[in-house]
Amino acid sequence: MAIHQPVDFENNVSRALKDTQLIRNIQSAMDTLVLKRKTVFSDAAEIEKLRALGNSIKTNALGKLPELLQQLEEKCTANGIQVHWAETIPEANQLVLDIMKSHGATRLVKGKSMVSEEMELNAYLQAHGIEALETDLGEFIIQLNNETPAHIIVPAIHKNRDQISKIFHDNIPDAPYTENVDELNAIARQTLRKKFEKADVGLSGVNFAVAETGTLCLVENEGNGRMCTTAPPVHIALMGLEKVIEKLEELPPMLRLLIGSATGQLITTYVNMITSPRKPGEKDGPKEVHLVILDNGRSKIYADPQRRQTLYCIRCGTCLSHCPVYNRIGGHAYGYIYPGPIGKILNPQVEGLEAAGVLATASSLCNACEEVCPVRIPIPELIRRIRNESYSNDPDSAVAGHGYKRNWIESLTWKMWAVANTYPLLNAIGLRILGFLGAKLPKVGPLKHWTRYRKAPEFAPRSLHELVKQIGVDHE
Amino acid sequence: MSKQSRDRIFARLMAGSRQAATQTVTLNPMPAKTYQRAEKIDRLKTLMEAMRTEVHITNASGWVEQLEDILKQREMDSLVYPPQTALGEALESHWEKDAGGLPQLIPYETEIEAFKAKLFTIDAGITTVAGAIADPGALILWPTDKEPRLMSLVPSVHIAVLEADSIYSSFLEAMQAGKWSTKMPTNVVLISGPSKTADIEMTLAFGVHGPRELIVLILES
Amino acid sequence: MRTYPENPQKVYFFGTCLVNMFYPEAGLAGIKLLQQHGVQVIFPSQQTCCGQPAYNSGFPDEARRVARKQMDLFYKDCPIVVPSGSCAGMMRHHYPKLFAGDPRLDEIRSFSERIYELSEFLVHALGIKLEDQGPPLKVTWHSSCHALREMAVTQDSKALIRQLQNVELVELQDEVDCCGFGGTFAVKQPAISAVMVKDKIADIEQTGAARLITGDCGCLMNISGAMQYQNKSIRGQHLAEFIWERINGNSPTG
Repeated sequence: MAIHQPVDFENNVSRALKDTQLIRNIQSAMDTLVLKRKTVFSDAAEIEKLRALGNSIKTNALGKLPELLQQLEEKCTANGIQVHWAETIPEANQLVLDIMKSHGATRLVKGKSMVSEEMELNAYLQAHGIEALETDLGEFIIQLNNETPAHIIVPAIHKNRDQISKIFHDNIPDAPYTENVDELNAIARQTLRKKFEKADVGLSGVNFAVAETGTLCLVENEGNGRMCTTAPPVHIALMGLEKVIEKLEELPPMLRLLIGSATGQLITTYVNMITSPRKPGEKDGPKEVHLVILDNGRSKIYADPQRRQTLYCIRCGTCLSHCPVYNRIGGHAYGYIYPGPIGKILNPQVEGLEAAGVLATASSLCNACEEVCPVRIPIPELIRRIRNESYSNDPDSAVAGHGYKRNWIESLTWKMWAVANTYPLLNAIGLRILGFLGAKLPKVGPLKHWTRYRKAPEFAPRSLHELVKQIGVDHE
Repeated sequence: MSKQSRDRIFARLMAGSRQAATQTVTLNPMPAKTYQRAEKIDRLKTLMEAMRTEVHITNASGWVEQLEDILKQREMDSLVYPPQTALGEALESHWEKDAGGLPQLIPYETEIEAFKAKLFTIDAGITTVAGAIADPGALILWPTDKEPRLMSLVPSVHIAVLEADSIYSSFLEAMQAGKWSTKMPTNVVLISGPSKTADIEMTLAFGVHGPRELIVLILES
Repeated sequence: MRTYPENPQKVYFFGTCLVNMFYPEAGLAGIKLLQQHGVQVIFPSQQTCCGQPAYNSGFPDEARRVARKQMDLFYKDCPIVVPSGSCAGMMRHHYPKLFAGDPRLDEIRSFSERIYELSEFLVHALGIKLEDQGPPLKVTWHSSCHALREMAVTQDSKALIRQLQNVELVELQDEVDCCGFGGTFAVKQPAISAVMVKDKIADIEQTGAARLITGDCGCLMNISGAMQYQNKSIRGQHLAEFIWERINGNSPTG
């Protein structure tokens, strides 16, 4: 049903930090992705101009989101694509099930779709007797191992080839044990080819939906996306409602940003642009194309001008790759489908602060993500906003669970901090006392956490204020 | 149910639009990259070869002979092709003269429902392309009723015949010159090489679900 | 590209709370470096903190309260030099955001325009020349994330170190990696922070440096504190104090 339990972040982190193989796998892969991105965007002036353009395109598109969605729906419908709207995850799942049932379909082949992960679609369909088979290699691997993706772009990156060999050998009938990457790929190709041929329905995500022409754009390297959207007689496309852009001509720069950021390529193997189902006279392609547009909290995020920027995300995953925290704990520790910096701002807004607000504390505000986000989402600013909301007692706040962290100790501490830093005499006296007591302070709370790994800082016997009085400095 | 959800979603979005209205930002488009003809061909070839495409620049008058050489180097039983097209007719007349050592020509002439099982056993498919893009190095596949989509996807080898004059400098140029926004077909696919993945340990491996091999014949007139 | 005042005669110095409390020698060194170059330094005696701790933790009202106090103190139209990329970044880039919609936003913006991190000021406004009087020494440099990304002064800091003829600067392998301080992050997510500082220390060790130089006291407290906890012999030091020591031929005071 995709109603999530609050994430047990502390335990997740603890477990992840102990899993040295996991962290080795993740860091090695992220180093590669970071380097590839740097290489493909080697012209510093050019990438900044491109990011500014990406930000402008998204600003404009979201500025008229209802109009563009309306236009998208009209164009798609005129082209023969059936458009469905799902406010919640259960509705979205039901829509997919209904389409399958209307065709008596039991076999679904899936291209990679983060929205379908958000929906937990596979489990839902399986519970209704439908085989929902992942065909993207990374997703195929984690499906065999009954896991969720560890990264937005490379879902199985937390596994090394030994682990994958074992997963294949244990779960695919007649698969020989091999650690050779080409051989592993060949096994996947062979296994899935029959499935493509026989599938009743194919499902995909949507990278960009173009309102001007009613076109669904989907990028991929493997060819499974083309297979899922062309071989079966029915194609279902899933998208979040924030994925619409206005004009076809906006695709080239957006694709350059997405692909360069996600995989460090100039272009993926395939860029699919789908505008209609099979037309009379055409010999193949799905006879029915459905577009399911999912809300799941996005329209609520939309209403706040600052938080709206969360919806600029094009799901490139590069913020994850550059994040020092993600690189230490991997994707699963975040507890929700979207990990990393984007997860820190998206999940609390969708799931509510009580469930997911803790994720916003898992950032040192280093700005590495902001530096590389292709659409210039001010992620650290939004992390601060989520933190503000966590303590806020503003009755007009629209964020679910706002103020959940409010407690008299922290409120009082910060008030006292503000007083001490506004009245210099108090400040000076306080420092005197701390200078005296400093080393003898009980190691509780923050000091306890600090001194577990570090020597406690020593208050200087004389502060800078006192020292400057001795040298020739104008004090004012 | 979908209609009520739609109404509720739109109600929230419209309210959000009113509450947080934004100014339209002027777009600063990227400077267009343009190349001369020779450089376009060279770029396309270099970039596609880097992605393991096999690229042959050949004379427009002798391309079928070139194709014959390519096919004879590989042991292939069958080649699916589009009949009732210039490409198809050229192939048919060549095969009629002498099909020795060549794969069997299989026309894609019925709806897929009657052809799917067969198609999945065919070794190679040959198609034209609507053009290509020099930067970032991709073919523009524009399937039609005569050249169906699965021809370039299901067989393990895809042979694409491209006219050198139809190479554009950039994706944007191709869209604008071709007025795509006024006439998007059922499906357009940019293809930059044979299928690949790096999902396992970021190690690049070719030939996953799409064709394992992509062979491009660039026809120079 | 940022423009710098030519031939500044008078500057304000904003010490920062961490310098004031824990590393006053670094602040003093910064002031002396400016004075030695003939610049008159004004140190408003009521200054305290830029407000960043509250701003980052979800208490913007308290941050604003403290920020307003600082801005009132630095009212003259002269540059404000700050021995910290983090605090400089706060006052230069975040004050306008913190006070978005404030009727005094224009004044606040002019305040922010006058903020300079110490390294960039020494290099670009003063064109400082350093004569190294100290013995041969190998050091490595750590940039705070805000010095690196917000203030973009890392190259300036390293240029200063490179002026010192007897000092060998060996760069970290993962220089842009966060050390794990992040203010309250270090105590709210202590386990993750600990791994980050551990990795940073391993990187520092592999350089073979005897000293870790940095321009930010938050990072210094974090890395130095962890190195001491791990009984490492490598010493951490603030850039200003290090430069002052080198140009005066002082031997390190333990």
